[in-house]
Amino acid sequence: MSGQISELSVSLWRGGKSGRYQTYSVPRRESQTVLDVVTFVQRHLDPTLSYRFACRVGVCGSCAMTVNGRPRWTCRTHVGKVADNGRLEIGPLANLPVIKDLTTDMEIFFRNWQKAKGAFVPSQTRHEPIAQIRPDSPARIAADAAIECINCGVCYAGCDTVRWNSGYVGPAALTRAWTLVNDERDGGNTARLQAVAADGGCHSCHSHQSCQELCPQTLNPTAAIAGLKRRTAAAYLKGEIEA
Amino acid sequence: MTARLTKHRDSALWLAAMVHRISGLALAIFLPFHFLALGLAIDSDARFESFLRWTDQPLVKFAEGGLVFLLAVHLLGGLRVLVIENFAWRDGQKQLATLAAAVSVLIAVGFLARVF
Amino acid sequence: MNVRLYVWQRATAAVMAPLVLGHLAVIFYATRQGLSAADILARTRGSIVWAAYYGLFVAAASIHAAIGIRNIFSEWSPFNERQAGFLAILFGLLLALLGARAVAAVVLS
Repeated sequence: MSGQISELSVSLWRGGKSGRYQTYSVPRRESQTVLDVVTFVQRHLDPTLSYRFACRVGVCGSCAMTVNGRPRWTCRTHVGKVADNGRLEIGPLANLPVIKDLTTDMEIFFRNWQKAKGAFVPSQTRHEPIAQIRPDSPARIAADAAIECINCGVCYAGCDTVRWNSGYVGPAALTRAWTLVNDERDGGNTARLQAVAADGGCHSCHSHQSCQELCPQTLNPTAAIAGLKRRTAAAYLKGEIEA
Repeated sequence: MTARLTKHRDSALWLAAMVHRISGLALAIFLPFHFLALGLAIDSDARFESFLRWTDQPLVKFAEGGLVFLLAVHLLGGLRVLVIENFAWRDGQKQLATLAAAVSVLIAVGFLARVF
Repeated sequence: MNVRLYVWQRATAAVMAPLVLGHLAVIFYATRQGLSAADILARTRGSIVWAAYYGLFVAAASIHAAIGIRNIFSEWSPFNERQAGFLAILFGLLLALLGARAVAAVVLS
């Protein structure tokens, strides 16, 4: 895109579940990010706009929104990369209830994390020696490849199976579970495998791989879920878990 | 209507997953009719024979080519899923998915060449 | 979709992969030879191999298709999980019955 466009035409979702897109004119600046654009609207054009952000530098995951049809971190999306002919359409993340304008209610996203048993279960006390985990063990390599999830919700928003299946816990919750399945220190894996083997767990995934395409941390939830499918199938066939 | 989510569906892999599902659905719908046709042989060889002659029509042969394509693409799509779920692949998957579709087309074309 | 259905889905798929290849070969052969009904039935009537091969195929396909249909119902239709499961079982039974009848039609004299 050339530097000749001096103004952006920015359509922002206003309202809750129902509402409409409202269009604003925002001056185009160099190295502008989509978050800069949204911030400009709220500060200079319409203070009633609601949106979320925190770090502004791509480490917190708060600013994820749908930008021209794709869920992204707005603070790390340069306008030049996405604005077709100086136009931007920005809405809240999909697959989540809208609170107002560009903010969504992420409660179900975090509840699914719990449902998939994505919380560490200790197996020792402070009196035992510290566990020695080799960073080059296959399990630790697998966990490390999936550990950097900051729960931004982009994968959840981009997943068609989440959209079609209200019981599906989603890629992020399962990725988190996968890191713990691979954590030698964790003592809760039977219950965890049982949880992800149930309806709405890892087997609901159809490997569309949108999550892997979209993850701003370049994680691969499809691969994590595939790992869970293997582990749960083995556990089921061995009688360690039930359907 | 809120945010219009569209761009992620441009992916070849997403399309492969959809083709897999739709081909499976089409085959599932086709199967009862296939079984009923074969079941004609219960009544008499003659009924089965007249059905087979009906399938000689060019339009039916085209449809059969389509079915062969669906069968092949569903099988290859299934192999794609088995590969994703059992090997940590990432690179080259798109090419594989395209190759699978191409091979299916070849098989279907081969079938059509035989019957016409 | 849970681990039990998943295992059955993958297992029947694995069983059917070679059966499908064989079926494609049969299709190509039959169409190339331009076989008539009498030709086909002469080969299939009384054949244990035919009965076993296609009997297995019908069983596996009925289970596999039913589970697949269940997924489609639960994701793309207004039915809930239980209804989807029920409809899928009905569909699976339909396929199994019609399929068994078709195998019997060509194998039994």
